Parts: sequence; structure tokens; C-alpha cells
Amino acid sequence: MRINGIAASEGIAIKKVFKLESVVLTITEEKTSDVSAELEKLNKAIEVSVSELQVIREKTALSLDEEHAMIFDAHIQIAKDTEISCQVEELITSSNANGAYAFNTVSEMFAQMFEGMDNEYMKERAADVRDVARRVIAHILGVTLSDPTMIDEEVIVVAEDLTPSDTAQLNREFVKGFITNIGGRTSHSAIMARSLEIPAIVGTKNILESVQNGDIVILDGLDGVAIINPTKEEIAEYEQKNAELQERIAVWSKFVDQESITKDGKKVELAANIGSPDDVESVLKNGGEGVGLYRTEFLYMNNDNLPTEDEQFVAYKMVLESLKKKRVVIRTLDIGGDKHLDYLPMEPEMNPFLGHRALRLCLERIDLFKTQLRALLRAGVYGDLHIMFPMVATLNEVRKAKEVLNECKLELKNEKIKYSETVKVGIMVEIPAVAILADQFAKEVDFFSIGTNDLIQYSFAADRMNQKVSYLYQPYNPSLLRLIKMVIDASHKEGIWTGMCGEMAGDQIAAPILLGLGLDEFSMSASSILQTRYLFSKLNYKEMKEMAETVLNFGTNDEVKNYVNKTIKGETK
Amino acid sequence: MRREYTIIDEAGLHARPASLLVQVATKFPNEINIEYKGRKMTLKSIMIVMSLGVSQNTTIAIEVDGDNAEEVFTALEEVLNSNNLI
Repeated sequence: MRINGIAASEGIAIKKVFKLESVVLTITEEKTSDVSAELEKLNKAIEVSVSELQVIREKTALSLDEEHAMIFDAHIQIAKDTEISCQVEELITSSNANGAYAFNTVSEMFAQMFEGMDNEYMKERAADVRDVARRVIAHILGVTLSDPTMIDEEVIVVAEDLTPSDTAQLNREFVKGFITNIGGRTSHSAIMARSLEIPAIVGTKNILESVQNGDIVILDGLDGVAIINPTKEEIAEYEQKNAELQERIAVWSKFVDQESITKDGKKVELAANIGSPDDVESVLKNGGEGVGLYRTEFLYMNNDNLPTEDEQFVAYKMVLESLKKKRVVIRTLDIGGDKHLDYLPMEPEMNPFLGHRALRLCLERIDLFKTQLRALLRAGVYGDLHIMFPMVATLNEVRKAKEVLNECKLELKNEKIKYSETVKVGIMVEIPAVAILADQFAKEVDFFSIGTNDLIQYSFAADRMNQKVSYLYQPYNPSLLRLIKMVIDASHKEGIWTGMCGEMAGDQIAAPILLGLGLDEFSMSASSILQTRYLFSKLNYKEMKEMAETVLNFGTNDEVKNYVNKTIKGETK
Repeated sequence: MRREYTIIDEAGLHARPASLLVQVATKFPNEINIEYKGRKMTLKSIMIVMSLGVSQNTTIAIEVDGDNAEEVFTALEEVLNSNNLI
């Protein structure tokens, strides 16, 4: 039987099930006749809970680290919270409520308040409140909670949800994965699984009801699939999948702190595309040599109004600081086309992708553009910032944008605000007109970054949102490769570099061609970096150059694809 | 004495640093309040602080009464800074 859920932590495990079922706490509305006895029970229960939580805190500090232990500082605070205890006492004294009922009522009120918040993180904190409340209520009732410390063989823990105190008590030696009924990628169990580096699936809805203790289960944390009592064939299939995964990870992980260099010594840069400061962690973990594209739309789209200069400054600064001195390319606002902001009404267009978007819009809304440029210039002090303008079609647009940037510098200077004078300025090359005139653009910018999705869409006149013309998405088509070559060659002639920040840069067939064409920087999703670095380490630049020259004279996308496939196979053998 | 801070942490003023703030605040006998979106509440209860739901890129104000307000702010700011909240 297969059960699907949310893949919360990568990896594969095949183990026996250990069901971590919570003891049912029966809370009645029965009134108490002895208020002072009830208050005493309450205080005693809080006291015992706090001391238990302190023990759990110390255990966690030892088995994990101080950071994870700190969550129990919050739990201790919740248990001791005077706001809760005053309200509980009030309920007991004023209406003769029993302690368990009173504590449950008050803690539920807070838990529901958190759940109602418009913030994923706070919603999950409702679980913290309930976790603490359960402990206190159990003590009021004199019930013993289940004890996960008794696990003594390798298991996959299956539960409704895993509370922080549950996970702290799990023996890391034996627990090889989690599967839970509820939760999302930011729930406690998911975060815990990722930091323990064990696979996990959350949000399965009914795994707990579907398994028995001792059942064998396959946990596929890559695809979010659990298979209960699998067949021999299924077990063999997943053992194979796991072996391959481990092998790949082992090989790739050796490349984390390596340079990106071919067998014959050609160095390139493998950077990552990010959408928010949150993504930086994964960039560093995967050995990214920089950020080749920071899409700033996220800041605008996750907001009810235009982000202020300070808000933007903080986000950019955070990314630049985390990347230390590594290069960070930040793209100015790219909205319009398929990306809209509720608070910035735009006129409906017949062809939005060919319409009033990105830099075109910014050059009209100078106020909005300046806010972003000022934030960027200020953040530039904290790292190696490269500003990139999207959707450039003409040289005049570049000049105009640079003019606005200079005005911003002057403003900041006059206002005596710290900013970077040496920020580099480049453009996205995603419109064929720019690719063809790249030699002229190269004289006026510091770098190019090729945006392949749009460059393909505009080159082949094929709307990328239209399924019926999706066959025209041809990244290996020689016509596109020739355009790319023109851009790279033009940049090198003027002594500047060219990067690529589209899907294509991390494509295992396109990347070797691009390497051969002389691309300097490849920016991709962080998870593709190690794989690509590994691939490059097996290739000779000289041969890729020859291969690229050969395929430039082919006629079709498929011819190129087949030829490259064959060549790479021979090379990496 | 009143000071304002913009919270930059992606998760806002979340559970762990909130609990540290409350821990520090409760060490002082002073009246210490937090104001967020027009609501002013005590900084000495974790439930109160968490229930404000302070999110990223918003501003909170902290008010401290008493002669030693400066000392209290120093302690609170130490928590805010060391947890990269501001």
C-alpha cells in the first residue's frame, strides 16, 4: 500500500514501524469542590513540567546543539507563563473549573490564536503551545506520557505529529526516519528531520491509522512516498535507488569546496539562482561560488505594498553578507509579463511578454526604480554586488538606467548615506536584438548574463506559457547556440564576462556546450551545482570547444542533443 | 523611555528569541512593554509576545519605565542583536 505525503527531508529508509501514539488525555468539565486543592495541583504540575523540560533541554543540547535546545527555553517560558497561569487560576477560582479543563481552555485559546495568524511560522507555534499544555495537563491528571526513549532497534517513527519534546527524546542511533499525519515543510518534525539528516515525509493524513507496529515501511523522502509492507521487488527497487543516491551524494559531496575546473585546467564559476535570503543557506551548502541571479520580485510579491528602501536594503545586505566576498548578481525588478503585483495595477495587454514590463516599467516609474537602486547601492558596501537590468532591448535603455543609478549615487552622497561607488552594472541578454548588437553593449556594461527562457521564447516567437507551441522550446538549437556564442565572444573582446542564469546553465547536455563556447559563469538552482561541477571535472575544455564548434554547424535541436550525448558519454567513461 | 526596532528575521520575532527577550525582561522589576501595530502589551509574557505575531520587516517599539531603563535596553538589545533580529 502506497501513501503520499510531503517530502520533508531527503533520503530513503526501509525499516520497521514504531508507532508513537499519544496517550489520550480525558478532560472533563466536571466542577471542583476544592478550589485550593485544584490550584495546588496546577502549580505542582507546572513545576514538574518545567523541571522535565529542563532535562529535555539539556538532553537536546548534548545530542543536537544549543540552537535546537533553545526551543525548549521557549517551552519552559510557556509552561511558566504568567499570562496563562493567571487566566487558568481565574477560571478555577471564579467558576470552579477543574485544573485540566481550565489549562486546556486557556492554552487552546492561545494555540488557536497562533493558528489564525497570517504567518506560516507562527501557525506552527500552535504545536509548541499544545505540546507544553499536554505535559502540564497530563501531570494535573496524574497520567504518564508515552516514552519514546524505549526504542531499542532501528525504526521509522510514525506519528500523528512529532512534538519538539518527542523528537528530543528519540534516540538518534535507532530512529532512521519520520512519517507523520500532519505538518508541512516548516513544521517542527520536518525541520528536525533535515537537521538530523534522516528522511521524512509529513502531511500524509492517514499513515498512523494505516500501519501496525512492526510493519515494514519504505520511506522515500525524495518523492514523499511511503510503501507499507512492500513486496520483495519493491524493496529491491528502493535498495537500488538508495544505493544510487548514496553513491551520487558521496561522489558529488567531495566537490563542495572544490573549484569548478575541467580536466585540462579551465576554470569557470558555478553560481546559484535565488529568490530570497532564505535560499542562501542552500547555496553555501551546495558549494555555490556566488549568486548569479537574485530575483528581487519575491520581495515585492510577498508584500501588501511596495517594499521600502530599508526593507530592501536589509534583504540585499543579508544576502551579500552571507555570501562573504563572493559575487552576487541582483536583478532589478522584473514584473509584468506573467508576474503581477496586486497593489500596482497594470493595464491589460494583448502580449504581456512583449509589453510594458521589467526595465521598461522601471524607466517609467522612476520613483519605484530609485527606491530599489538606492537600497542596492547602500547594500553594496557589504559585499561584491553586481546590479543587473532585465529586459534590455536598446542601448538607450541601458544609458537611461545608468543615468538613474548615477542620480541615486549623487542623492546618497548629498544625504551623507554610506553607499558603494564601485558597484558593477550589467544586463540580462534575453532579447535577440541585444545578442546581435552585443559588441556595442559590451562597451558600456561590466557583464552580461544570458536569460535563456526568454531568449528562446523571443528567438523562436513561441509563447512559453502556451502548451501547443512548447515543442519550440529548443535550448540546443544551433540558431540559439550561435546567438549565445555572439554574446560570449563580444564580451571577451571587451574584456568583460558572460554568465547564464536560465534553466539551461544547469542542464547536463547544454552545460558542456556552453563550457565549449567559453561561458564564464553558470548560474543554476543550488541543487544542480555539485552535479555540474562533477561533470566538468570529467571533461576537457579543448574537446568541448571542438564539440561546440561542430554542433554550431548542425541543423536541428535533436542533432545537437544526440551528438553531445554521445560525446559526453565517451568523455566521462 | 521608548525605542523602535525593525525586525529583519525572516520568521519575525519567533519563539526562541522571544523567549530570550521574555527571560531578560522578567529579570528586571521595571514595567516593560512592547508595542506592535498599535497594541501595547507586557514584554514579560511569552504568550503575549508570540501572540502579537510580529513579522519580518515590521517595526516594534519597546517601552521601559524607571531610572535604569538604559540598562534594561542594553540587555534587551543584546538579545535582539545576537539573534540577528534587528
